[in-house]
Parts: sequence; structure tokens; C-alpha cells
Amino acid sequence: MTTAPTPGPLLAMRGIVKQFPGVRALDGVDLDVTAGEVHCLLGQNGAGKSTLIKVLAGAHTPDAGEIVWAGRPVTFGSPQAADAAGIATIYQELDLVPGLTVAENVVLGHEPSRLGFSRLRAADDKARRLLRRLGHPEIPPRRELGRLSAAGQQIVSMARALAKDARLIVMDEPSAVLDPEEVQNLFRVIRELTADGVAVVYISHRLEEIREIGDRVTVLKDGRTVARNLPARTTPTADVIRLMTGRTVEYAFPPRAAPVSDEVVLQVEGLSRTGEFRDVSFTVRAGEVVGLAGLVGSGRSEIVETVYGARRPSAGTVRVRGKRLRPGSVPAAVRAGMGLAPEERKSQALLLGEPVFRNVSLPAMDRFATAGFLGPDADLAAAAEITGRLDVRPSDPRRPARTLSGGNQQKVVLARWLLQGCTVLLLDEPTRGVDVGARSEIYALVRRLAAQGAAIVLVSSEVPEVLGLADRVLVVREGRVVHEAPSGELDEGRVLDLVMEAVPAGAAERSGS
Amino acid sequence: MERAAREEPARSRLARLFDTGGGRNLGLVAVLVLLGVVGVVTTDTFLTTANLLTVLTQASIIGVLTVGMTFVIIGGGIDLSVGKVMALASVWCTTVATQSFGWVVMIFCALAVGVGAGLVNGLLITYGRIVPFIATLAMLISAQGLAEQISGRRSQIVTDPVIAGIANTRLAGIPLLVYIFAAVVVVGWVVLNRTTFGRRTFAIGGNPEAARLAGLDVRRHTILLYVVSGLCAGIAAIMIASLTTTGSSTHGTLYELDAIAAVIIGGTLLTGGRGTLIGSILGVLVFTTITNLFILNNLATEVQNIAKGALIVIAVLIQTRAQRSSGTG
Ligand SMILES: Nc1ncnc2c1ncn2[C@@H]1O[C@H](COP(=O)(O)OP(=O)(O)OP(=O)(O)O)[C@@H](O)[C@H]1O
Ligand SMILES: [Mg+2]
Repeated sequence: MTTAPTPGPLLAMRGIVKQFPGVRALDGVDLDVTAGEVHCLLGQNGAGKSTLIKVLAGAHTPDAGEIVWAGRPVTFGSPQAADAAGIATIYQELDLVPGLTVAENVVLGHEPSRLGFSRLRAADDKARRLLRRLGHPEIPPRRELGRLSAAGQQIVSMARALAKDARLIVMDEPSAVLDPEEVQNLFRVIRELTADGVAVVYISHRLEEIREIGDRVTVLKDGRTVARNLPARTTPTADVIRLMTGRTVEYAFPPRAAPVSDEVVLQVEGLSRTGEFRDVSFTVRAGEVVGLAGLVGSGRSEIVETVYGARRPSAGTVRVRGKRLRPGSVPAAVRAGMGLAPEERKSQALLLGEPVFRNVSLPAMDRFATAGFLGPDADLAAAAEITGRLDVRPSDPRRPARTLSGGNQQKVVLARWLLQGCTVLLLDEPTRGVDVGARSEIYALVRRLAAQGAAIVLVSSEVPEVLGLADRVLVVREGRVVHEAPSGELDEGRVLDLVMEAVPAGAAERSGS
Repeated sequence: MERAAREEPARSRLARLFDTGGGRNLGLVAVLVLLGVVGVVTTDTFLTTANLLTVLTQASIIGVLTVGMTFVIIGGGIDLSVGKVMALASVWCTTVATQSFGWVVMIFCALAVGVGAGLVNGLLITYGRIVPFIATLAMLISAQGLAEQISGRRSQIVTDPVIAGIANTRLAGIPLLVYIFAAVVVVGWVVLNRTTFGRRTFAIGGNPEAARLAGLDVRRHTILLYVVSGLCAGIAAIMIASLTTTGSSTHGTLYELDAIAAVIIGGTLLTGGRGTLIGSILGVLVFTTITNLFILNNLATEVQNIAKGALIVIAVLIQTRAQRSSGTG
């Protein structure tokens, strides 16, 4: 499926410049990729990684610089041009069509057809073959895409990239929504691809993944290449982090303070939702961080969303400081002091076209109004103070949320609940797509909020994160809490066992219902 | 981060007032001026006070409906019922029985019918989970039917001197109807741009799920948006009853389409979340001026409709262009 390896680099990008209104996203970036390698692209949030690969994919036109592809200088005027040249891209934000079926999405743009009629059967077969290769034979090709989970959609978007028989596949944070097991699947496929001579550009904020799969590393900082072609396995982590951030980051979890009090702030009892999860009970005290560990699809997000009132429970109660909340009412939960940073920040949390500060002040805007009247900038200063404290970049709070990089958008969502002053904070994958520097800032922030007496529920697919941050861990499997223990009594292996185990020893599963 | 410090040059206050659609409203002003030039060149009556006041008076009724429509569309919905709700309100407030109570009751009645219809629309859409297009289409049809039934398909003459007098009253030479229109626009602008209600409207239209998860009461707000639109239809009903001195089930036919077209030409995104009231009003003025020019030049209404259709297409083309160049994150 691939031509013989080209002598010299398959791809060379030189001095790429991309200017957006008010921000120079790329300011002279170089990148070399050779056939058959996994080239990792590292950099903090907003460093320009996604912009660079969008330039490569023909989605952005560079203002300056040169792209040499297979020995020839090229300009990709459109995504179709890059596609035809053999470059496939898995974007950070999924670019699939929710209304089409899985198979239609996989073959979108190059549908197998005869005389202008598309051949559904052929598309289905192709999709099925690729999904099996990705380790997901259970995803039906005829299923409407919008009904798959985020992880499922990510798999489909990978299948779509594979469908093109590309010579270079770019993956922008593909692992962000995947389970550890699925990440291993992905790595297996990447190894198969590179063995065939396909080159992969891999972007991730998880440095341990870079070590495992990467061959060479290029580091971006503030739109410039600060290091090229470092060996991925032997470069010390501390060096990489220093190159990315320009400083040394304590890559550790902040120490836990002693619990503030014994006051139970959040009390969940017998919460159930038909078909999603059953009989979930737990409490969170002031100053406590409770982690929910589990696989993608085990029901963790559904549980926190139901606690928050965004889904209506079929049974059970939620109390905040002893007061029972109206079931299925988000305004009631927010009035009681709850806040949710949801899993999908783009679709569930942000107003992409609105300025950053209005995103931050959305729940709290009444506070800045007099009798319902609100000046256009009445909330600007207060919101800017919080985004400044979280070091959101670029720092201009009037910028539309759309133009921020993924990690900075996550900080905007957190800023929202800081401004609101929550006493119960529900965090669903708060560090997804967040760089090492910002990640440790978020960890510190979570601990600081806890120290100030907030009750925090943390959902994360990264087991070390749950263990490092939470005081107590609930393991969720198939919609049930199967284990609860102080995080000190657990280790990563034990949690992974509990998370995946088919039938827990001695548990009377599936009774009733 | 020194890169971020380089900002766009500060825009003038005037530009800010007209903007949020990337200077599009200034484009509409240019179109208006162009139409004016065409008017001056092709007729000698266009640039007379009498004619300009006629244009404004004609714009005022659709204009009031357009204010309500702008709220609904920015909030992510659509209201097809406004024209016929206005007709129903005009009929209800001009029955012999209602008129016997005097003008205060007549006005109250018109507003109550508008608000009631908006409330029903809102409830059907939020709690009934019917898509706005269908719910308000059903309201259009039933309002039409109800108006015909109450009036027996006859025009009801307005006998009350106060209501009949509104359209004939002028203050400083300008018809009272134009003042009413202006007042609705000013109140609408303040509510949309200077209140939490306005902010929420943009938020809910832009991303309803995000708004809901941020704790906004999306259902209540959506209902209120349709109530606002209904209220505007009620106000317009009094205006049209006065202008024509009748209440009739034939009033307002296809007005909803003119209002929607004006909103779109004004740069408001049909999918919600973005738009300006000033743009919508400029859209109304452009439309009414075109009609006026055709009448002054004795041209057929068919040609006029073709011109309006072309204008809508051009506006939407510009809109999608602008959207694409502003980039997708
Ligand atoms: N369409 C746009 N308009 C304006 N600015 C943009 C646009 N897209 C990106 N930017 C800016 O360009 C810079 C680089 O963003 P980019 O998305 O490439 O970062 P990234 O390295 O991919 O970060 P992350 O790890 O958070 O995904 C950021 O400052 C961002 O705000
Ligand atoms: Mg990115």
C-alpha cells in the first residue's frame, strides 16, 4: 500500500508562519518527518501544535514558509489537496458528521461508487474491516455516528484516517478520550503502520506515551521550534518539560492537607438511572476529593451528570448540606452551590463565539447586574482576574472562546466555577488535553479548593491522577460502584484490575433490575 | 506571553454600536444610501418629507414584529405565527363587545392575545418538545382559523376614537406609529444588549446544552422569548387596527416571512447565538424602501418580490462567507 521509502525526509516543513488576528500562532516552525517513524510533537497548550498540523493538512494557509513533501516543494491549498498527496489527519476536535452512519463517515470524501451511485455494502465492509483492525468489531457500521460515545467517535475518526491509505497520518491528541486498553490498541495499529513505512505524527500531553511509542520528538514553544528530532526514548523527561515550559515543573501531586471537617457536604443515596447505572451511594465531606475510576462507558459521567441534575434519576436522592435537591434540575443544583466541568467542553460547556469573560461569568452574571441591567463589560474585570490567576493564554478576555487552544478552554471552564464560588465541584476529565504545566496548576488548584472547604468529585480515565489527587476512590464498573477505598490503600494495578474484572468475586451482581 | 499583548486596534464607539457582525451593518447602511440615490435619480417624489414618513410608517408595523423575531431567532428558535397572531389580536380587540369597554380594554385585550399565543408557543416547544417551526406553524394556522371564526370573515370597523386616532396623530410632524416603533426598538435594544435577559438569549441560542449545564433555566427563558414575540405581535395589532381602522383575519398575511427575511438580511444567524437588533431594523428599512421605490416607479409587485428574494440570497451568501473566513476552531 505504500511506495518504497523516499530517500531523505518524507516531509520537511521550514520556517512556517501563521498569523491570526492578534496572535502569531506559528512564528517560524520547522518539522522533519521520515517514512516509518513516529514523530512526536510536544508543546504547551497554545504552543501551535494543532495550527501546524492544520497548515500541513491544507486547512490553514501559511503566511510564510516552505513545505517539502516527498522531495518536492508543495502548497496545499485545500484539505482535498493534502488528502490526495497522501496525508491523513485525525483532528483534535472531531470533524465527523453526527447525522451520518459510521460507515458513511469512514468513507466520507472518497465513497466507493459505481456510476455515481454509492455502494453502501462496500462502504460497510470497509468500515467493518477497519474497525476490527482497531480492535472494535462491536461498533456497527450502520449506527448513526452521533449516538456513539466520544471514545467511539474517536475510533471512527481513526478508521477514517486509515481508510485513505495515507503515507503520513497525523494524530492530534488521539489518546485524550481513550482508555488505557484502547491506547494500547492504538499503539499496536501505529506499530503496524510504521512497519509498512507509513509515517505518523503523534501529538499528546502524556509524556509516558511519547516514551512508549515515539521515535523522535520536536518541541514547540510559543509558535517556535525550540528543539528538533530529539530521541524520544532517551531524552530525560525533565529536559523535555523544561524545553516546553521554559522552567522546571514539579511533576508531582500536591500534598494532601488534613480533612477540613467532618461535615458531609454532598450526600448521594441510591441514585439510579435505568440502563445507565444502579444504586450509587456516596458522600463527600468538606475538603475531601473523591475520585471515580472506571472505563470509558462505565457510567461515571452519567453518574456525575445525574448528581448535577442534568439527567433525571429514576430513583435516589442527592443532598447538599442535608438539603434535598429537586431531581433533574440544574438550576437547583447550581443554587445549592454545585458546579460541573463536563466531559465535552466544546459541546457541553463553552459558548464558542462569545468572548472568554462572558463564558466565565455565565452562571454568575446576576451578581454583576442591577435589577437585571448589565453593562456589556460589567463582569469583565472579575472574570479577567480569575482567568489571569489561572494563567489562561492568550490573556485577553475579550477573545472569542473559539480561538483558544484546547487546554486553555478547559481553564476557562474551571474559571467559571471559581468565579461562581462553588462548594461542590464535579470535575469530569478536568485535565484532558491539558499540558504538563497547566496540569500541575490544575492539581494544585483542586487541592487548594479542597483546603478551602469545597467538596470535590473527580472523574478521570488516568488512574495515577485519581490516586494522586483523590482522598477516596470509588471504582465504577458497568454502572455500579464495585469498590470503595481510601486512595492510600490502592495502587494502579489494583485499580485497573477492579476496573476491568468481568465479575467481581462474591458480589451479587445483576440481582433485581 | 508577549505575543498576546499585540491586540487589534481599538474600534471606535460608533463602529462598536453597529458591529458584532463584522461591519455588516455599515454595509446595510450603504445599501440604504444606494437605494436613496436610486430613488432620487428615478423619481422626484422620493426625497420628500411626506414620502419618507410614508416609508417609516409602513416599516413600523413589520418593524415591531421584527424586534420580537430577532429575540426568538437569536435565542435559537423561529416564530412563524407572528403575522396571524397579530391578525387574531386585531380581531379580538375590535369585536363590538370589546370595543364597548373602551380603548384601555382594547389595548389590554390585544396585548393579552399576543402574550397568550406566545405562551402557548413556548409551552409547546419546551414542555411539548415540538420543534419551533412546527409549533408556530400550527399556531399560525389556528390563529388564522380563530380570527376568521370570531370575525365571521368580515372586517370589523374600529369605532373607538382613541384607537382610530393613533394613526392620525402626529407629534412634531412625525406619525405616532413611528414613535411606537422607535420605542419598541429602543426597549428591545436595551433588553438585548444591556440586561442579563439579553445575555442569556445569546447564550441559549449559541449553545443550549452549555447554557443548561451552566445552570440557566433554558425552558423558562425559551418560553419568555416566545412571549416577547407574542407581545410584539399584540402591539403591532393595535397599530394595524388603527392604521386600517379595522380588525381583520386577513391582516398580516405573510408578514412573518418579511420579518424573518429582515432578521436574516440584518446578519442574525438563523441557527441562533449571534445577531444584532440594529441589523434587523436596517433590514426592515431596506425592504420597505425597495417596496416604496417600486411603487413610486409604477413597477409590478412581481419584479419587486424577485428583487427581495435576490437580496435575501446575497445576504446569506455574505453571511456564510464571513463565517468561513472567521475560521472554524
Ligand atoms: N482560528 C483562530 N483564530 C485566532 N487564534 C487562533 C485560532 N486558532 C488558534 N489560535 C491561537 O493560536 C495559538 C496556537 O493554538 P493551537 O490550537 O495550535 O495550540 P495547541 O498547541 O494545539 O494547544 P493544545 O495543546 O491546547 O491543543 C493559540 O494562542 C490560539 O489561541
Ligand atoms: Mg491542539
